[in-house]
Amino acid sequence: MQFGYEIIGGDFSSAGQASSDVKKILKQLNIDPQVVRKIAVAVYEAEVNVVAHAYKGVMQVELDARRIRIVLEDEGPGIEDIGRAMQEGFSTASETVRQMGFGAGMGLPNIKRNTDEMHLSSVPGEGTTLEMIVRF
Amino acid sequence: MDLYTVNELVKGTICQDCGTSQDFIHAFASDLMSDVLRFNMERTILITGLSTVQTLRTAEMSNIECIIFARGKKVTDEMISLAAENNISLITTPLTLFEVSGRLYGNGIKPIF
Repeated sequence: MQFGYEIIGGDFSSAGQASSDVKKILKQLNIDPQVVRKIAVAVYEAEVNVVAHAYKGVMQVELDARRIRIVLEDEGPGIEDIGRAMQEGFSTASETVRQMGFGAGMGLPNIKRNTDEMHLSSVPGEGTTLEMIVRF
Repeated sequence: MDLYTVNELVKGTICQDCGTSQDFIHAFASDLMSDVLRFNMERTILITGLSTVQTLRTAEMSNIECIIFARGKKVTDEMISLAAENNISLITTPLTLFEVSGRLYGNGIKPIF
């Protein structure tokens, strides 16, 4: 099964819609609720990151009986130093993002904690690609 | 603890009632949603002063089934409809985060960490 979503940068009112949809699909598939929660949290953090930092992005989901693979590709400022971005507490988020309850530098570590594989690559000035895999 | 006992303890108003089968053991108090997303939130009440759609989305992703909005924060229609869709009860109270936490803790609700 394959499906995808478009994510609009800066649109906080709809941030989380794609993740909500993914979670609802997973819940219907009789997957362990704890695994569903981990995937939902990781996807949501990733979606909020695109809304918070990028101009726009695309989320592609591949799902089969053994695993889910989610790739988020965005057009945006990219990440200058991925090692630093992965450190808990480091954030470049705006005041608006912080007012929404995010931007404390916990999103990427949270994604890593909740996935079996996480691959982050970025070209500064162009955009960022995040791949996440969770096995059932 | 059921929703109605929780509501009475925090002198609240229930603005979305999904409480018939809910039985809460834990509570977590935070305005930082990334912090909420770090923990396993089964049968947990979220106590927060952050009243936004993202508070509801965070609860949805974390399997939180009750949110208490402290300090008299207003809840929008959009938040109520998201709560209904995801089986999340909502309570508003004029009490502070500190007092809500104290009242629930004093009546046996446990921290989660």
